[in-house]
Parts: sequence; C-alpha cells; structure tokens
Amino acid sequence: MATDDEPHPPWRIGTRAPNIRSFDAVTGRQRYADDLTFPGMLHAKLVRSPHPHARIRSIDTREALALPGVHAVVTGKDMPVKYGIIPWTQDEYPLALDKALFVGDAVACVAAIDEACAARAAAAVHVDWEVLPSVIEPEAALAPDAPRLHEGHKHGNITKSVQLSFGDVEGEFAASAAIVEGDYFFEGTTHGALEPHCAIGIWEPQGVLTVISSTQVAHYLHRELSRVLGVPYDRVRVIQPPIGGAFGGKSEPFDLEFCVAKLAMVTGRPVKLLYTREEVFYAHRGRHPMKMHFRLGATADGRLTACDAKTLIDGGAYASFGLVTAYYSGQLVTAPLRLGAYRLDSTRVYTNKPACGPKRGHGSVQPRFAFEVSLDKLADRLGMDPIELRRKNVLEAGERTVNEFIIKSIGFRECLDRVEQASGWKEKRGKLPFGRGVGVAGSFYISGTNYPIYPNAMPQSAVQLKVDRSGRVTVFCGLSEMGQGADAMLALIVSEELGVDLEAIRVLTGDTDLTPVDLGGYSSRTTMMAGNACLRGARDLGTRIRAVVARKWECPARRVALAGGFATDREDTARRIEIGEAFRLAEAELGALAAVGSYDTPKDVHGDYRGGTIGASPAYSFTAHVAEVSVDLETGVPKVEMIWAAHDAGKPLNPMLVEGQIEGSAYMGYAEAILEEHLVRPDGLHRGPSLLDYRMPTSLDTPHVHSMLVETADPEGPYGAKEAGEGPLHSTIPAIANAIFDAVGVRIDTLPFTAGKLLRAMREQREKGGG
Amino acid sequence: MTPEPHPGSTALVPLALVVNGDAVRVAVPAERTLLELLRYDLGLTGSKQGCDKGDCGACTVLLDGEPVLACITLAVDADGRGVETVESLAKGQKLHPVQTAVVNHGAAQCGFCTPGMLMSAKHLLDGSRTPTREDVKQALSGNLCRCTGYTKILDAVEAAAREMAEARGGD
Repeated sequence: MATDDEPHPPWRIGTRAPNIRSFDAVTGRQRYADDLTFPGMLHAKLVRSPHPHARIRSIDTREALALPGVHAVVTGKDMPVKYGIIPWTQDEYPLALDKALFVGDAVACVAAIDEACAARAAAAVHVDWEVLPSVIEPEAALAPDAPRLHEGHKHGNITKSVQLSFGDVEGEFAASAAIVEGDYFFEGTTHGALEPHCAIGIWEPQGVLTVISSTQVAHYLHRELSRVLGVPYDRVRVIQPPIGGAFGGKSEPFDLEFCVAKLAMVTGRPVKLLYTREEVFYAHRGRHPMKMHFRLGATADGRLTACDAKTLIDGGAYASFGLVTAYYSGQLVTAPLRLGAYRLDSTRVYTNKPACGPKRGHGSVQPRFAFEVSLDKLADRLGMDPIELRRKNVLEAGERTVNEFIIKSIGFRECLDRVEQASGWKEKRGKLPFGRGVGVAGSFYISGTNYPIYPNAMPQSAVQLKVDRSGRVTVFCGLSEMGQGADAMLALIVSEELGVDLEAIRVLTGDTDLTPVDLGGYSSRTTMMAGNACLRGARDLGTRIRAVVARKWECPARRVALAGGFATDREDTARRIEIGEAFRLAEAELGALAAVGSYDTPKDVHGDYRGGTIGASPAYSFTAHVAEVSVDLETGVPKVEMIWAAHDAGKPLNPMLVEGQIEGSAYMGYAEAILEEHLVRPDGLHRGPSLLDYRMPTSLDTPHVHSMLVETADPEGPYGAKEAGEGPLHSTIPAIANAIFDAVGVRIDTLPFTAGKLLRAMREQREKGGG
Repeated sequence: MTPEPHPGSTALVPLALVVNGDAVRVAVPAERTLLELLRYDLGLTGSKQGCDKGDCGACTVLLDGEPVLACITLAVDADGRGVETVESLAKGQKLHPVQTAVVNHGAAQCGFCTPGMLMSAKHLLDGSRTPTREDVKQALSGNLCRCTGYTKILDAVEAAAREMAEARGGD
C-alpha cells in the first residue's frame, strides 16, 4: 500500500540521465568567468614577490600610474584587514601589508584598459624589499631560531598541533603478535583544474558590490568581501558562473577577488583579473606534503589492535584550512576497519612556500596511504591475504569508530568482494610473473562536514522552488556547480518528486542575491545537504499538489502519483492528467506555488571531546580498489595496467555521474602515485609552474578504471545517497603501492613511485639478497 | 625610463579569414594570438584558455582542417585561411554525433576541456572511419582533462565513430 511518505516508486532516481549542463558544455555555450565582458571593463594584474620572505620597505606606484591606460593601483595599505577561510586562523591580507611570505605572494594590483597594458604597469610598480631569511623545510621551521613567518602568532611556526588518544594504545600493542612501524612521505600535489581562477568586480553607484568569481564557496566569499572591504553584508553579491574544475583549489577567498572588488570601487568600472597558469601554481592550496610515522599492530588471528600515527604537515605560507587539515590527517583513518586503540599526533607548520589547503580528499589521502601500506605489511608479516585481513576488521552499520564517529551505513565488505572478484585477485595475488602484481586498499570519506566553517545554528543548505502554470519548475540553491553534476542532482530530485521531465526544470545556483544559502562545494557535502534540502522542499510541494488532485478525483492523496510527466491514479492508472494540468489545478486552489526546504546535520554523530566534531559527518562513503601494476625490470618504469574501483555511494542517484566521479578520482590518485609533484626549490622558487613541468596524465598515460557501484541505503542521505566525489581517490595510491610490492617485492614508501626509486630499491634488494 | 605607449597605438595588421564559414575582416596588433582574436575580437568564447602556452589543449581549433593550439598560433598566421571552432560543430538544432555522444556518456564534467577535446575528436573522425581505442587515445593525447579520467571521453568518441559509420551506410 502506498503511503504519503513514499509518493510513488522511483522513476527518475537511479537512471543514467544526461547531465543537464552538458549541452552547454559541448556547444561552447557554457560561459565561464573569463568568457564574460562588461562595457568599460578594465583588466587587472597582480605584482608578486620575487623573494620567499621579504619585508616591504615601500612601494612606489608613480611610474605605473603615469602610464597611459592605467586607471588605478592598489597595495596592501588599501585593504589592511586580515582574512582567512577559518575564522580562528585568519592570517592573510588581500595584498601583503608588511612582508611577503613566498615567491609569488601578491603585493600590489593594477587596473588598466587591457591585459597587456596592465602587465606593463605591474612591471613598473617598484617595491623596495628587505630580504629576510626564509625557511623551506618543515623540520627547519620547527627549530627555535627559525625565521618566523607570522610574527604575532603565538605558536611560532606551528599553525596547529593536535594530539588525541583513544583506548589503551600501549596495552593493545602489548597484546599484538605483530607490529609494523615505518616512515612514509607524501609529496605535495596540486589541483590542476583546467580553468585558471578568474574574477570580475562590479561596483554599482547605489553602493552594491558584485563579484563574479570562479569560486567553490560563494557564501564564504560573500562574508569575507563584506568584512574586508567594509561594504555592508546586504550590499554584496557574489555570482559563481560555471567553473572549469576546482577539486578544492577554489574553496576559499583569494587575492584576486578582493583586488577586482577594490579596483572596481576605486575606478567605478568593471574590473577583471584572470590568473595566468603560473599564478594558479602560486595560489595553490594543494595537497600538503606530509611526513608520517605509523605503527600498526594485530593479533595472530588478524584483529587490529592499535595504531599510532605521528605526522608533520608542511603547510606553506598561510593557514588556509590548516586547522582542519591537522585534524583530518589524524581523524580520518579510523574506518572502515575497527581499531582497538588509536593515537594521533599531527602538527602543521608554516614554510615560505605557496600555501597548501584542501585538495580532493582533504588531509586524509596522505595518512590513508601510510595506513593501507602498513596494513599490507602487516598482512605479509602475519602470512594473511591482505583482503582477508581487512575482512576480519570491517566495522558494522550502527557501530562507532574508535574516535566515536557513528557509521550508519557501510558497504565496505561488498566493495572488497567486488574488487576481489572483478580483478581475479585469487588467481593473481602472489602468482603473477615477477615484475607484475596486484595490490588492494580500502578507505572511507565524509559526506559533508557536520559543522559549518563559522559557528551558527542556521541550515547548512537551503533551496527555494517555484512551480508555474506552464508546467515548469525552477529550483534556486546557493550550491556550487563545478562539473560534479550538482545542478543535475537538484534537477533529478525535482523531477523525481514532482513528476516533471528534466527539460521542464530550470536550475539556478551560485548567486547570493537570487539563491538561498548553501555553504559551498567542499567536503563532498552537496548531495547530502543540498539534496536533502531539495528533497524536503519538493516533497512538500508534491504533497500539496497531490492533495489538490486527490480532492478533484475524490480519492485519498496516497493514490496520486506524480511521475513521468503525469499525475496518475495509482489504483486506476487510466485516470491521469498532464503534470502541467495538475500544477494549474493546484495554483487555482492554493494560489502561487512555491516551497522552501533546508537541511542541517544531526548533532549526535560524534564524540564530545575537543576536536570530535572535525571529521564527523552525517554519513560516510566507502571504497576498495585493486590495482594491477607491471614494473620494467631493466628501467624501473612502473605501469599501472588497470584499476578496479568499487565504491559505496549509498544509493547512486545517477549511476553515470557517480561513475564519472569514481573514474576521475582514481585518475587523480593514479597521477599522484606515479607522476605529479608540486615542488619548491631550496631557494624558494617554484620548480616548474606550468602544465608542461607539472606532469598531469594524458589519455595515453591514464590506466583504464573499472568502476563498480555498491549500493547501500543510508538512513540520512537523500534516497539513501552518500558522497562519491572524493572518497574514491583515497584507495588508489596505496593500492598501487601494494601492487608494486606484489610485483617486485620492494616497498616504495615515498611518493611518487618513480622509475628511479624503483630501480634503486630493486638493486638494493638484489644486493641484500645476494642474488 | 620612458613608458611605452599603450597597445592601442601599436600598428594593426589587417586580416581576412573564414571563421566557421563566415568571412571575417579584422585588424589586430601583430602579437595577437588566434585565441585572443576568437575570444576577444570575435566573441567566440567556446575555445578556452587553460595554460597560455600550448600545454593543455583547451584552445584546440581546426586551421584549414588541421588541429592547432590557438593560444600559440598568431592571428596573423590565420590570414587567408579557414578556422573551425566548437561553435561550428552543431548544424542548426542538430548536434554533431560526437557532441551527442559526449552528452549521453557523461563525458563532460566541468566542460572546460570539452571544446578543444571535441575539435581533436572531430579531426580524428573526419579522417578515420574506424578508429581503434588506441587511435582515439593518440588523437586526444594533446588535450588534458582533469575531471573524467578520460574513460567516458574515449567511450564517447568510439560511440560517435560507430554512429557515423552506420549513418554512412554502405558507401
């Protein structure tokens, strides 16, 4: 019997519908920030520091201002207010005020009639520098006499240090039959989104500031623009046009957004700033280099006893999300496997390099590498199959992790089964010819961070819905579409709930004037939070519309289904009307049709210790990967032949788009495992800020990724859905590392796994073994 | 130090070219790139700038039928020649088969690489009736994509090749 809670069997959810945005993408009609121009628009260029650490004695802008075509120059003194994405660690100025902290730190910005003129003017800004000693390596930054980056900061060069302990760590180690201990190094990497950051500032004479920006966090940018520039909160508008990829690299305010706003206010004209690719590398906020010491134990029958993790995090010049990074690096290795006890000690330090931040799998991809390789070593020590060792320790739904996160749904066991089967694991593991091997790894990730970045009791996400008599539905939401299919997700839910075809749905997102607040496209939160908000609003509307139709048909509302473009009587399916007719009936009876929906997270999903909220989420996704790797025995060149990736995203709302996230994640993990390094030289210069030097895989490099969806019904997610955007990246790197061990019997515990490292390790092993 | 005059006063070079079938006459500074000409002078913003120096392929267009990187091609070099951009692929309301395939396979995520990727794919499909997956990988190897891991793009181009072969029938 149908109930009011279940309006009809799913008709749209779970289908492989095209992404509603892809039509614009394939025709070149999708207008990104740099595709927009405005009458009278000026172009801006930043002046950047050539020194890794230097005091600004003075800045002479006279020559630049005297150039024909130059309209304004701003420096740090024009915006002397600190900002930062985390309210407790704000340590950046829009333009450096007293000193520059890395090569590329912005100190001035010019606006001119075109880009070339602005570039000439930027070169004519003269900064009188007092070069200071710099610190590039994180250990050196910890030395008592190290140069201090942030002089007022009370913890020296330490952004944040976290020590937490759960259970009886030493007791559990004492009860262990085997303990593996090792050092791991994860090199920094960067996002490499194809669209360089771009922003346009527009000042309207009635006192309204509009900033159009390729940001993932329009709402947080809105707040910071208001605070830093002193424009009232209600007179700032942020518009996020379609953005050309982000991956975490556009998830906090940047210098360019403040500069175009300020220059627009100074000149009264629209101002655009487009980063060069080189500047994107300076903006960075990519994956933190981490030095990790991991100890992991198990009993003889394979019960995991204790894990002890000590991590030094190289943060670069500014805090960015670093407070969260320090917690995530420790908090997010405690599932999918049950640990008897766990201790973490994570410290993030400042260095004179581009600031690190959140990249896909923020803070947790690095320790996941160390943890999963430790597990592989432990399996080897115990003489157990690595998949079996994992199976013995999988958490159950309803269980709390050792650090007290509640796991409400978990499909990890099935993820292991699927990759084991699909890869032919049993026939391959330990049985392939020398030089070829398979490796396994597992992981989990949050479906949105449980708390907003600034403490408040308002919803994390909200939508408004408008139904009109044409049969069209419009949904408004502040979420951030950046290619992941967030707009398509909203359309899917509206279609499912109100029965309209996708073509009759308009989605308007990312405009703080027109859409209700959503906190942004980060922490894999969008489907969980905006999806739930949309589901609530749409279901509310649907309930009202069904009641009107039911009254007309003189039947109970539960018999009315809105699906497939019709309102249909479920017990007499010949009786139906077009959905637009149902909307008109409802509008005639109820007046204008609209609804709102909002979502906030449950507050009982974590422990109440200090830091227990960071890493907590309404739901967690789970992943298992098997990688097959061959190693050229003469050259050491590793080749990833194939990746099998099984991911528990709860109920996949659109399997095609979920697969896209899994494949894209595995690709990015592969890239970090084999190719990519974001490197800064000892003198502070970037090693190669270009897409030629920073080696992103091409179609020829990338291995085939076989993606598999494991369905669970999460009680919190919309229709049971969980995240898919970041989780699947975590397993890739350790799966490849473990496959290398199976192939040639050596452990490469330092990323990336280059031919040089492999050749050296294989030679050492031969010499050691005498063979 | 004497400041240079702003670029508005540098000598302009007159050009005559055909862009997406339309004859275009325009005068540009000699250092103008083909990408700047398309995006800023002609308003054809479909071709993208991802790297400024020929590394990413997002600006790929066809020049006399051959794929070139518009960001490192001088506009002057296109004088007297034909340029095709992503805006030329659809004919009226009808999408090119490779556009349809990209939509149906979920092969565009952020979409920023898509225009360049499509032009490289079109060049392949124009020249080869039955490309193998390796052929497709080769043809697209100058176009970086950061979202998809390429799998669905390769699937889409293969599907478009099949679709086009079927449409050609027995000819």
